[in-house]
Amino acid sequence: METPPLGGAVAVPPLLQVDALTLAFRGVRALSDVSFKVASGTITAVIGPNGAGKTSLFNTISGFYRPTSGRVHFKGQDITEVPTPLRAKLGLGRSFQNIALFRGMTVLDNIKLGRHAHLKTNVLDALFYMGRARREEAALRADIEERIIDFLEIDHIRHAPVSALPYGLQKRVEMARALAMQPEILMLDEPVAGMNREETEDMARFILDVRSEWGVTVLMVEHDMGMVMDLSDHVIVLNFGQLIAQGAPAVVQGDPEVIRAYLGSGDVGDLRQRLHAGIDKREAA
Amino acid sequence: MRIGTLKETYIADAALFDSRTQKVWLALAAGVLLLFPFMATDYWLYLACLVSINVASACGLNILTGYTGLVSLGQAAFMGLGAYTVAILELRVGSPLVLNLLAGGFVAMLGGLVVGIPSLRVKGLYLAIATIAASFIAHFLFANSAFTGGTGGLTLPPAKFLGLVLDTSFRLYWVIVPVTVLMLLGAANLFRTRVGRAFIAIRDRDISAEVLGIALLRYKLLSFGLSSFYAGVAGGLWAYFFRVVTPESFPLSMSIFFLAAIIVGGMGSMLGAILGAVFMTMVPELLKLGVALLPHGAELTVFLSPVRTMVFGLLIIGFLVFEPHGLAEVWRRVRRFFHLWPFRN
Amino acid sequence: MDWAYLFEISLTGIASGGLYALAALAFVMVYKATKVVNIAIGEMLMIGAYLFFTCAVTFALPLWLALPASLLAAGALGALIERTMIRPLLGEPPISVFMVMVGLSSVLVGLVELIWTADQRRLPELVPNTPIMVGEAFLAPKVFYGALTASVLIAVVLLVFRFWRGGVALRATASDPAAAYSMGINVPRVFSLAWVASAMIAAVSGIIVGSIGGISSSMGVFGLSVLVVVIVGGLDSVLGALVGGLMIGLIEALAGAYLGGEYKLLVTFIVLVMVLMIRPYGLFGTHEIERL
Repeated sequence: METPPLGGAVAVPPLLQVDALTLAFRGVRALSDVSFKVASGTITAVIGPNGAGKTSLFNTISGFYRPTSGRVHFKGQDITEVPTPLRAKLGLGRSFQNIALFRGMTVLDNIKLGRHAHLKTNVLDALFYMGRARREEAALRADIEERIIDFLEIDHIRHAPVSALPYGLQKRVEMARALAMQPEILMLDEPVAGMNREETEDMARFILDVRSEWGVTVLMVEHDMGMVMDLSDHVIVLNFGQLIAQGAPAVVQGDPEVIRAYLGSGDVGDLRQRLHAGIDKREAA
Repeated sequence: MRIGTLKETYIADAALFDSRTQKVWLALAAGVLLLFPFMATDYWLYLACLVSINVASACGLNILTGYTGLVSLGQAAFMGLGAYTVAILELRVGSPLVLNLLAGGFVAMLGGLVVGIPSLRVKGLYLAIATIAASFIAHFLFANSAFTGGTGGLTLPPAKFLGLVLDTSFRLYWVIVPVTVLMLLGAANLFRTRVGRAFIAIRDRDISAEVLGIALLRYKLLSFGLSSFYAGVAGGLWAYFFRVVTPESFPLSMSIFFLAAIIVGGMGSMLGAILGAVFMTMVPELLKLGVALLPHGAELTVFLSPVRTMVFGLLIIGFLVFEPHGLAEVWRRVRRFFHLWPFRN
Repeated sequence: MDWAYLFEISLTGIASGGLYALAALAFVMVYKATKVVNIAIGEMLMIGAYLFFTCAVTFALPLWLALPASLLAAGALGALIERTMIRPLLGEPPISVFMVMVGLSSVLVGLVELIWTADQRRLPELVPNTPIMVGEAFLAPKVFYGALTASVLIAVVLLVFRFWRGGVALRATASDPAAAYSMGINVPRVFSLAWVASAMIAAVSGIIVGSIGGISSSMGVFGLSVLVVVIVGGLDSVLGALVGGLMIGLIEALAGAYLGGEYKLLVTFIVLVMVLMIRPYGLFGTHEIERL
């Protein structure tokens, strides 16, 4: 079920395009013939029940899994064969579902690591730490402090070891590191998982600001329907590795296939009523 | 983090030694290092040189194992490569000392690349096993080649540096210690840059590191090559110091010695490498002293070698089980205690 | 081409391959159950042989008593190792346990040298001295009986693994200890059992190898060939241990015969490097797909 992208039909190529992506591991089909486009400057949410293949989709776009068939295009370029480390340099940023911060380092070092692909210091520069290494490090530090640490309000913990931080702050540091990657598209895997109401709202604010202030396109896997409905321009629904619906949030939410995927079969009309009633109640609150 | 250390520029914040106290400690250490040779006996000078060589090698192993998380049991073999290179160059070519040391480092680094390329593409464990294999192959080559003097090995004349003949521990001290300090500084600098950060990332979570843009094989090889280079230079210093290099000089147990050194000292910390190397070098000396003091001391010296082997193993196990962050962590606890005193409750 | 000689060498090679397979089995057992790479496997072999030496020679026990006594002692040692070195490190990165095993190998070698010095010792004769002839080919009796014992023991272990519910528990615990716990499997006991069994099998290996070539504190070098065997076969594959063992045994025997004794280990390691380049997970090992 497809609806035309927002903004009308323009001949601007999508930032990210996934064509007939199939991923099969020894008989398990994690992804089956998934195709969609992500337009530049949009926030797109990927939703679906657990095990639907959302993280596998991210991992395939990241290059960690080689698709069994299908192509991935980024900025008009076919990146399906591009090795994983090079994708970061192209502008593909990402955060992870289970926080993948490096526990042996401080917050600042973790964030600096995000910039790795764009730095130029080589081992000889590093050993002597004169000239290029020193300049690059200073510039990096300044940039991170002023743009990222300030933006995400984590200046009070910059020297803390990440293992000592509470979960919500760790997730924010993870976002900071993903931003340090100077991404053109930011893939967030469950950015608000496990967060309370306040943390979720903060993160939602950050995501919107990232789009408006930084011009970064966002592709996020999310379970929190409030986030999905409020933030996204476009929603993609996966179930059992297949793309079952995509379009504007309001349209997708009413799609019977989607409802059935989440809530199981049953009286769709009755379920739809209850769903709408729930949403209306939230809006009134 | 130290309280009361305000920085006004980012560059200042990134400095290696950033607080007044640290600078004082550093000045003290420099003072001790400079004055020591003039006040010490020959025996202590000998020990100091040996400690310094071990610190240099342990630092290299720490880069690989402590910071990058790859276990190597080939440190001794790469030291051997460096030592033999230096010996051969001194005997057959007569090139200057600095060049020989660098050549030793490079030959060892090449050896490291040869070992690393097949084994680093898979789990880190395979590197460990490949390095054991490398130790045996190196021993085989050293013992069975006329080029390396066969089983008899090679004997070097004393080194010549800046017109002086380095034939006493005192003179060798002034080459060995500065070289070691330079190597330590280089390693410390490494971890202020993206190269060092990449190493730590590989240790902590290598899959995520890759997605963030770190080419795993390339950086693992870099780490291994660097640590082999360090081993090679340390081996070269060893050759100049002992002046005899044989195939038996660099056994597998020496690799275990260095592994113990970084575990005992604290992996992933510069201070740890230093403390560990100092500690481990002193252990055999303390054992010797202890045995001499015992009632039947003279007869017990034959047990020194196996006891030493056992102690190395027990230290590895003991520290990994009870104090995995090593002496460096113990030192940090002591420091914290004094920082908070008299507020400790 | 002296085919008779080739046949004779190959026979010896396969027989010693059986011994490698047995030792490799001890390794695989511990890896399958606790995911620990026991790099001290050679030293555990050595300790088993020395325990037997103590029982049979130092205490002069009759063989029917000395054998089980030494195996029990070896098993106890395995349990001790698991309890003091492996269990405290559960949940730590695998390289920590690996390094502990390196430390263990050092401790065991030092212990042996301390108590028995580095000299080589002989074990009492366990098997009749009549040479075994296969057609025209000569096979040393000790090697033959050793291989026979190894084969029987391997078969027993395989059957136990397959049909006893303990074997299933072992495999369950290996793949997911937390899930195994919640299924009611006594995970610590399974770990202990795996190490006890592994130590005992290694001891049997050590006794056989010791009977053939004498025992010494450098017996642990046998463990290096065993490591190559498990890498060739796959770290967690019992079948791999068998096939790999036979392969390496054969290759080493051929290398020893045609190139010279000192080339044996060199050839083994060349095989290792080749396997690492071509099939790093071994012939039958499982390539684990890690989830991000």
